[in-house]
Amino acid sequence: MLDFGDSYDAATFAHIVALSLAISVSGTAIAALIGLPGGAALAICRFRGRRLLILFANALLGLPPVVVGLALYLLLSRSGPLGRLGLLFTPAAMALAQGSLATPIIVALVHRAVEEPWQVYGGALRADGAGRWRSILVLLAIARRSVVTAVLAGFGRTISEVGAVLIVGGNIAGYTRTMTTAIVLETSKGDLALALGLGFVLIGISIAVSAAAFVFERRP
Amino acid sequence: MNPRSLAPGLSLLLCLSGAALGRDSAQSPTQSPAQSIVLASTTSVENSGLLAHILPIFTAETGIGVHVLAQGTGQALQTAARDDADLVLVHDPEAEAKFIGDGDGIEPTQIAWNDFVIVGPAADPAKAAGGHDAVVALKQIAAAQAPFVSRGDKSGTDALEKRLWKAAGIDPAAEAGGRWYRDIGGGMGAALNAASAMEAYTLSDRGTWLSFKNKGPLRVLVAGDPRLINRYDLILLNPAKHPVPKQALARKFAQWLASPAGQAAIGAYELGGEQLFHPSAAAPK
Repeated sequence: MLDFGDSYDAATFAHIVALSLAISVSGTAIAALIGLPGGAALAICRFRGRRLLILFANALLGLPPVVVGLALYLLLSRSGPLGRLGLLFTPAAMALAQGSLATPIIVALVHRAVEEPWQVYGGALRADGAGRWRSILVLLAIARRSVVTAVLAGFGRTISEVGAVLIVGGNIAGYTRTMTTAIVLETSKGDLALALGLGFVLIGISIAVSAAAFVFERRP
Repeated sequence: MNPRSLAPGLSLLLCLSGAALGRDSAQSPTQSPAQSIVLASTTSVENSGLLAHILPIFTAETGIGVHVLAQGTGQALQTAARDDADLVLVHDPEAEAKFIGDGDGIEPTQIAWNDFVIVGPAADPAKAAGGHDAVVALKQIAAAQAPFVSRGDKSGTDALEKRLWKAAGIDPAAEAGGRWYRDIGGGMGAALNAASAMEAYTLSDRGTWLSFKNKGPLRVLVAGDPRLINRYDLILLNPAKHPVPKQALARKFAQWLASPAGQAAIGAYELGGEQLFHPSAAAPK
């Protein structure tokens, strides 16, 4: 069993893990709410600027977290445009940052996943008189394996991310300290063994969530 | 999207995501009570464990939680100037004077002191050990072209290091930037990790040094120079320029830290039998 020393009693540690999961799941949920319908719509709707949007989503796959963090920081700062919300240095700001990072991933991957089924079933759906929303739902269901992969890719981005959450969360003990920011902190305190231990726990959690989703999706 | 609808929406998502944070955290000892303030502080008071030692005492007495942003002096003052913190705890006299002179801060109170130390590899290629003169030591390091790690992050420690080089009449960044003088642009911990790995010299505050766990070959080589005194000041925000809503709570915290109870809590913090911070506020009359 890993020993987390006096810095991390059981309650503190449980809070860090729960917060990491809550923020990542929230960030992924925000991204999925936008990315699932958005990615599918990019595949089936024809409108001006569509190609540009697809290019945009794919280009943003490599969105640098630290830049997203900085942009959100300036937006959410009390002297920034959204300052009166008082969101800076809260878990909500961190979920927002991670949602911004995961959205392009889910949009781009869902778009690709839905393109082919749309070519195959699009004619039938139209003949059937299906509206856009129904078409999107049907296509997402047909491509569900790739869609789950897209959402998991988004989750992977959020749970492992540190640059953006450090800037907009502030790594406040017991409030906005997540697994990744705790690892940064322990490294800076020179407690490399503890940092590495936390790292293994993070990897374990990440693997467990992905495996659970995989098993859930593959069940008969 | 209407910005006002964003906050409750996000909170809802956080709740729905199943971790039931609100309830868990209310029972957690480190969690914030109903009212809380944001303290932007230098990294040393947080990373050394001082704040984790004294804040629960304050919270238990007053019911006020303190959210600590450990940022380094330069960044902490910036954060406060943008209204994103309710008060600051920093240690760079010149930057503090400017912060107050600009009308951002009021009522600076020195609440603790300790000292800076020059640490370096036990092998000591520059033969800097044993002296009590920081400037002489830096000259020796420069003469030997021994690796020196600089924070380069506008923290209080970084500002002092720059002042000491100036006093030595050396501009190491211009002379040897990238060769033996290595500006890492990071916090105290990152600088100590780098110095430990490169067998380099660096300037550290004593609190971070004592609590640092990856010392490797590093030892304290120079201490006891009056120029190495390290004063920690608490500064409130000027309500005329920063109408932060938590001013009254922030003032309560400042008063508590300067009170006998707060000062005793600071003095009682020890690591391995060594006292890290000396309380230094005058007792209130």
